[in-house]
Amino acid sequence: MAALSIRALSKRYANLEVLKGIDLDIESGEFTVLVGPSGCGKSTLLNIVAGLDRASDGTIEIGGRVVNDVPPKDRDIAMVFQSYALYPSMTVRQNITFGMECRHVAKAEQEKALANVAKLLQIEPLLGRKPSQLSGGQRQRVAMGRALVRDPLLFLFDEPLSNLDAKLRVEMRMEIKRLHQRIGATIVYVTHDQIEAMTMATRIAVMHRGVVQQFADPDTVYRYPANLFVARFMGSPPMNSMPARLEANAGGPVAVIGAGRPDEVRIHLQDYDAATSYVGREVVLGIRPECIAEGDRVFSAATGAPVIVTAPVELVEPTGAETIVLLRLGGEPAQARISPDIRPTPGGTASFALDTRRICLFDPETERLIA
Amino acid sequence: MRDRSFAPSRILIYLVVTLFAAAYLAPLVVVVLNSVRTNEEIAQGSMIGWPQHMAWRNYLTAWSGFCIAETCAGIRPYMLNSALITIPATIFSTLLGAVAGYAVSLWRFRGDNWIYGIVTLGLFLPQQMRLLPWTIVLRDIGLINTLWGLVLIHTIQGLSFTVLFCRNYYIAIPHELIRTARIDGAGFFRIFWRIILPLSSPILIVTVIWQFTHIWNEFLYGVTFTTGQQQPVTAALIALSAAVADIPQHGVQSAAVIIAALPTLLIYLFGGRYFVRGLTAGAVK
Repeated sequence: MAALSIRALSKRYANLEVLKGIDLDIESGEFTVLVGPSGCGKSTLLNIVAGLDRASDGTIEIGGRVVNDVPPKDRDIAMVFQSYALYPSMTVRQNITFGMECRHVAKAEQEKALANVAKLLQIEPLLGRKPSQLSGGQRQRVAMGRALVRDPLLFLFDEPLSNLDAKLRVEMRMEIKRLHQRIGATIVYVTHDQIEAMTMATRIAVMHRGVVQQFADPDTVYRYPANLFVARFMGSPPMNSMPARLEANAGGPVAVIGAGRPDEVRIHLQDYDAATSYVGREVVLGIRPECIAEGDRVFSAATGAPVIVTAPVELVEPTGAETIVLLRLGGEPAQARISPDIRPTPGGTASFALDTRRICLFDPETERLIA
Repeated sequence: MRDRSFAPSRILIYLVVTLFAAAYLAPLVVVVLNSVRTNEEIAQGSMIGWPQHMAWRNYLTAWSGFCIAETCAGIRPYMLNSALITIPATIFSTLLGAVAGYAVSLWRFRGDNWIYGIVTLGLFLPQQMRLLPWTIVLRDIGLINTLWGLVLIHTIQGLSFTVLFCRNYYIAIPHELIRTARIDGAGFFRIFWRIILPLSSPILIVTVIWQFTHIWNEFLYGVTFTTGQQQPVTAALIALSAAVADIPQHGVQSAAVIIAALPTLLIYLFGGRYFVRGLTAGAVK
């Protein structure tokens, strides 16, 4: 059963259309991440699902029931906000039980639910404290406890980790994922952080300008981005994209970067049948930074020899775990991820191996994925 | 290092400040001194002078013995009138202002800014302009020359101020708090009562001090809409000076003025630090 169905949903403010015909079906138990740059409409969508904002058009079903005209409290949802939004004058205990109190849940039942959640999140020692006496991570935990205690059909998270420092954010990320695995809740999670999306989601909806660009599992989104926007948004550093020309060749087309230049790069593409109709035309070639490595790298299970190129190195960024190199492929700038112990000299040239199996081709007009 | 306290500029600053302070305090000093001088003493000497022996009787006379408008009960009944007007009007205008400020700041609805604008417009209308409309209203609802009439006026007029203050305070409260509470199932009044009101003490203290002081000291409505036994103390004080126009009773008058000013002075003395703190209180974290 679909826990959440969104049909042809749009939202207009005066002349500004912030959501344009959104369709999403989220299955029970899924961890769906809505990801996109700020202003893409993801938070508005979440607020509409929560009932805090009204849709201009379209329908929303939660658990098979159309909820367009149902107030937030009756939608069987719980929401966690970026600012945690803990009630400042109440203790942690009161914060967690306030919702049950509003719904007239019996005292004994409240105590039981509180004890369960407090144990699950390990916040038992904090129950008597006020929010001002808690650290950022503890507040986050209490905010989640307040949501969990409701045991709703749907959990909504609105950038819940954005206010935490980097270290804590990674910890809480794991914790939320673990929690999802343990209780199997249906979660819709909004973030602008593509790493959060990749690491936590079972499915990702990438949003841009009020449109869902792609809705798929993380591997598909990463490996087969539906268009150039998704390709550039997901992944850090982002996917390299550069103009290339497809030439006919026996056994599959050849992509030429910087055609006609002395340093042109020719990449033989195998299993790219969909690209046949683009032979003789310009395309946009996308290649992930991890598919460009030092010259002697052997890509696992690589069939045939990798393409080896010698390219000028412009900039070297050692990160510790790897070295990011800014180089030029056929005159086009590209980033490569190479082994951490290799440091090519900026201004010189170095040899790089290209993993050609994972190259993406995009239509330069529509920016859609060809193959 | 040079001792800065004797720098010429410092001396000048102290001189100017002292002059200003003296100018402001002079009337108070004269009134306080006269309130403990006998009538003869003032009549023989001048309005300004040191009391020869302390005439505490002036206070007793002013409080409960003096004759105003043919009733010889001092200003006590009028003090009571003022209290009966000020206390309910302060409470009503503060509570209504808090609810209204909460509504226009944290619950967006069509026309919310217009309503807020129109309510606060009242701050800029001169008092005299409202006398006639109020006369008609009070006449039509039968509250002319009653304490409740003044309570009504001060409650409604006070809203301009209380809504302004409460709204500006509540606007700093994160909207997500309201959203969370709505999802939790709380309604308008439950959110106000359980979440907003417990955060409001700084602004409520400010509003109460402000309203109390203004309503207590208000004179124009008191003197316009009430007569005789129904007057607040500010209006009665004028009646008192009119009654003694033939034989000046400066001692008793001064004592009456001080008694009448006492409640607002005390409120300010005890609440003053909250007042300043509340005015500067920023976002609720």
